[in-house]
Amino acid sequence: MPVAKSLKTIGRRVINAVWRIGYAARFFAMTLFYSGTSFRRFRLIVKEMFSSGVMSLIIILVAGMFVGMVLGLQGFETLKRYGSESALGSLVALSLVRELGPVLAALLFASRAGSAMTAEIGLMKATEQIAAMEMMAVNPIARVVAPRFWAGVISMPLLAALFSAMGVFGGYVVGVVVIGVDEGSFWSQMQASVDFQHDVLNGVLKSFVFGLAVTAIALFEGYDAPPTAEGVSGATTRTVVQSSLAILMLDFILTAFMFQGA
Amino acid sequence: MSAPLVEVRDVNFAYDNRPILKGINMSFHKGKVIAIMGGSGCGKTTLFRLIGGALKPTRGEIRIDGKATHELDQQGLYEMRRKMGVLFQFGALFTDMSVFDNVAFQMREHTNLPEEVIRDLVMMKLHAVGLRGTHDLMPAELSGGMARRVALARTVALDPTLILYDEPFAGLDPISLTVVGQLIRKLNDALGTTSVVVTHDVQESLKIVDYIYFIADGVIVAEGTPDEIHASDKPFVHQFVHGEMDGPVPFHYPGGDYRTDLGVSA
Repeated sequence: MPVAKSLKTIGRRVINAVWRIGYAARFFAMTLFYSGTSFRRFRLIVKEMFSSGVMSLIIILVAGMFVGMVLGLQGFETLKRYGSESALGSLVALSLVRELGPVLAALLFASRAGSAMTAEIGLMKATEQIAAMEMMAVNPIARVVAPRFWAGVISMPLLAALFSAMGVFGGYVVGVVVIGVDEGSFWSQMQASVDFQHDVLNGVLKSFVFGLAVTAIALFEGYDAPPTAEGVSGATTRTVVQSSLAILMLDFILTAFMFQGA
Repeated sequence: MSAPLVEVRDVNFAYDNRPILKGINMSFHKGKVIAIMGGSGCGKTTLFRLIGGALKPTRGEIRIDGKATHELDQQGLYEMRRKMGVLFQFGALFTDMSVFDNVAFQMREHTNLPEEVIRDLVMMKLHAVGLRGTHDLMPAELSGGMARRVALARTVALDPTLILYDEPFAGLDPISLTVVGQLIRKLNDALGTTSVVVTHDVQESLKIVDYIYFIADGVIVAEGTPDEIHASDKPFVHQFVHGEMDGPVPFHYPGGDYRTDLGVSA
């Protein structure tokens, strides 16, 4: 019976999906539970911050610079129509600090560091390194997963801040140095319009949440990857796709809460 | 004879109602090197995992030093594994750590030894496997045989009382094969430990082990000392030891009538 078969397939998929969500939640809870080791031996986190944070610096800084430069150009063109070129500094800074900094830095982080985390853990599993650790009476969640998780969570806001700073610099180069917007009004407008708590801290909070989501997805996909070449490649793809969607979805939700009626 | 270090009592194991092991009984005494042999898919790796506590038997029990592994919680299992060393098929070295850090891994995780003492111990372990000069290298810079020897040094890092070897001879050249075989024997005797070698390499194993179990289709089909195995006239043992194509283990996977499959049946 085709109908019965279809229902059976749907049922099986739903059960698998629910099971996987439960497994992911348990994995996340275990990561938090076994995080003590990471903080007692903070150098484990620092080592992973080098891989995920420091090694992502180039792409974050270069991308931030170009995004800021584009904002400078586009912003100037639009503001000129209304005779408000002097507000360029505030447009560049607000766009970056509130939205583009956290979101684009997180998307780049997911592609650069998230995919690397998934592939590394997936390959560790495929080459029995995780099993070897278990057999040595060392908990792989505490020793491998938790340090990477906290390294990602700590690195993400720092990277987003650097992205925004480079973006502002890029906007300054294009707006002030190349186009000739008045330097004093560029900086003073920015200073007057950007509120530390409302704009900067909310941006930091966003990037913290994005870091949490991207790292959790990347680590879970790596840990859950089938121990084959195909399995690891599929998990890496899922990390980038799911992280990107999660970032954009969370951005909407957070923006709705943070800037409602502002 | 003293009580065995490992006792496997009537162990049954099944994956999704598919029986893998059926009523296995074994005992491993202290100081001995024991081989578990059998063809691919016979259940020996499953047995290896059961002894290591990674799987629980469907029926029966495995006792290590008197403790039933299936009754242990994670903490108990970890305590048991601290006295155990496991060498995986391809070494399973941590690829993000140097040779030195790999061997030092368990010492740093499980002891509070000062770094100078750890350094001396790691050098001694690496010297024992003939690879002291590689301590600064990364696993990717080692040959297959060298990686296996480094993994062996890591396995004996905390002087375990029981060492499990999963296919230690797989994919090695003849020289590395002899070196690894001899190291297994020498380290076992030097440490006074018990070694269980899961393998299908008959010739190398017969040179170094004290006792052999043959597994086929989830049951023990033969057992004995290397001399008894050499002298055995059991068809399975004969086929396995001499590597014959056909015998109790058939060359052809069961299928339908050959003529029918070719479409030439009368």
